[in-house]
Amino acid sequence: MTGSASTSEPRWLRFVLITIALAFLAVNLALPLAAVFAGALAKGLAVYRSAIVEPDARAAMRLTLTVAAIAVPLNIVFGLTASWAVTKFDFPGKSLLISLIDLPLSVSPVVSGLIYVLLFGLQGWAGPWLRDHDIRIVFAVPGIVLATTFVTFPFVARELIPLMLEQGRSDEEAARSLGASGWQTFVRVTLPNIRWGLLYGVLLCNARAMGEFGAVSVVSGHIRGLTNTLPLHIEILYNEYNYVAAFAVASLLAGLALVTLVAKSLLEWRFGDSIAGGGH
Amino acid sequence: MRTILGLTLLLGIFAMTAPVHAAEQTILNVSYDPTRELYKDIDAAFAADWKAKTGGTLVINQSHGGSGKQARSVIDGLEADVVTLALAYDIDEIAAKSQLLPATWQKRLPNNSTPYYSTIVFLVRKGNPKGIHDWNDLVKPGVAVITANPKSSGGARWNYLAAWGYARKTYGEPKAKDFVTKLYHNVPVLDSGSRGATTTFVERGQGDVLLAWENEAYLATHEAGGDKFEIVTPSVSILAEPPVAVVDKNAAKHGTTKVAEAYLRYLYTPAAQAIIAKDFYRPRDPAVAAKYANAFKPLQMFTIDRNFGGWTRAQATHFADGGVFDQIEASLH
Repeated sequence: MTGSASTSEPRWLRFVLITIALAFLAVNLALPLAAVFAGALAKGLAVYRSAIVEPDARAAMRLTLTVAAIAVPLNIVFGLTASWAVTKFDFPGKSLLISLIDLPLSVSPVVSGLIYVLLFGLQGWAGPWLRDHDIRIVFAVPGIVLATTFVTFPFVARELIPLMLEQGRSDEEAARSLGASGWQTFVRVTLPNIRWGLLYGVLLCNARAMGEFGAVSVVSGHIRGLTNTLPLHIEILYNEYNYVAAFAVASLLAGLALVTLVAKSLLEWRFGDSIAGGGH
Repeated sequence: MRTILGLTLLLGIFAMTAPVHAAEQTILNVSYDPTRELYKDIDAAFAADWKAKTGGTLVINQSHGGSGKQARSVIDGLEADVVTLALAYDIDEIAAKSQLLPATWQKRLPNNSTPYYSTIVFLVRKGNPKGIHDWNDLVKPGVAVITANPKSSGGARWNYLAAWGYARKTYGEPKAKDFVTKLYHNVPVLDSGSRGATTTFVERGQGDVLLAWENEAYLATHEAGGDKFEIVTPSVSILAEPPVAVVDKNAAKHGTTKVAEAYLRYLYTPAAQAIIAKDFYRPRDPAVAAKYANAFKPLQMFTIDRNFGGWTRAQATHFADGGVFDQIEASLH
């Protein structure tokens, strides 16, 4: 045995376990991913390109990026405030706040969408008032942003809270005792301590914001070129027997996910120790 | 936090209204699933016609989904200028629940406000290996029938009523429920929308026969390349009338009443009727119908008004909670 072996299991068992894990990954991840790209390129590069530059596809892409560009910063602000409040202070209702943060993960996305229809729909609480003032929320971009923000708001906070709990308050207390203001403490001490965990949370949040289907489907209204995000556009193309175009646009979304995954792996590899606290 | 939220809303509203120029008009047609191809063609033709007649630029936005779901969205505030749905009941619901258009909407245009009609036919695999020729072949053991859930899909409600109508005509009313129950025994999966059911049959290769709108069956055959499926027209089926209506209050709010009305009236013109026939819907115009007579097999058709007392009655009896379909579904488990 070499020194690097961390267990005393026999060689064949390790071999079997590794094979099972790899086969599982191949069947569940690599194969579908390959199928997406194969389907996208089934009729050649020209068809692939035209599916992606088509106006409705470009509109969907723009909308998806716009929604992520609004939802993710909102959730960074929320995630930072919430985890700062939860880990650095004691206040009544703290554990309630922690469980509420997890709510969007346990609620079905369809329900997350319906909440906004009930609130802002024409038959909802604010519906008639909004109509009188010509403000559109559901079946328009604001509704999509709200639903996406709701679904993705746990991601940053969930990364940060365990990390900040583990780091404790001693650094901040030291900074305060040396005369730093609250803001200085946050910017100079807390933020550098959590920066990699924060980035990690932002990546996850962004991936979900771009990929969200259920909640967005409920509030979108499915107007072509206006309120269809990339995932909704893919479904429409698929339902129109336009399989190549559907897979072409899906490959874009998969590409975005892959970039996120690579960025995440790089972070883990480079800063594994400081992120580890955020994993659970 | 509040300013950011406000900013978000402002940005969103800006993003929504930015592309609209003063010189052009925009209308939104909220339609059901199988009309995607039809209205793509109609919209282009009408926009050109409108430009030629008035000089105005018209942008027609489309939204498609299950008919019931689309009606629900309009009720909840999706600001459709016109609705073109699968069945009158869904537009009745909009009139009743939101008062956006009068309850008498169906009297405003010719032919019950249905510029085209269709019927329910069978789509089978090439060579018809299970020998399916009429409704009674669907209840035989070992035949897998694909149809969507009538609770959520307008098309599937037509399927259900077509089967019921056949059974009543052949075996009498008391045995109709029995027949329909047997039929749903042969349904392995109930998709939520018509297009989903078509995809299940065509793409995933499930089932021996798909109950479908005639137009949907033709389209699927056409898209699949013509050598994978066959259309079987049963001896008798239901007259399916998908109606259209201007949503008065939305159009008035947008200042689009005139163009919305012109859009729907355009559907009855020979030019539009030809597009309708090309997209596999049965046209109303006799001259166009004669020209496309070979494309549509003649069959006996019964109407929902005569046989089921209209959509409101049919809905209450068959598809409401605790209705006949719920009883049938409960008996399957």
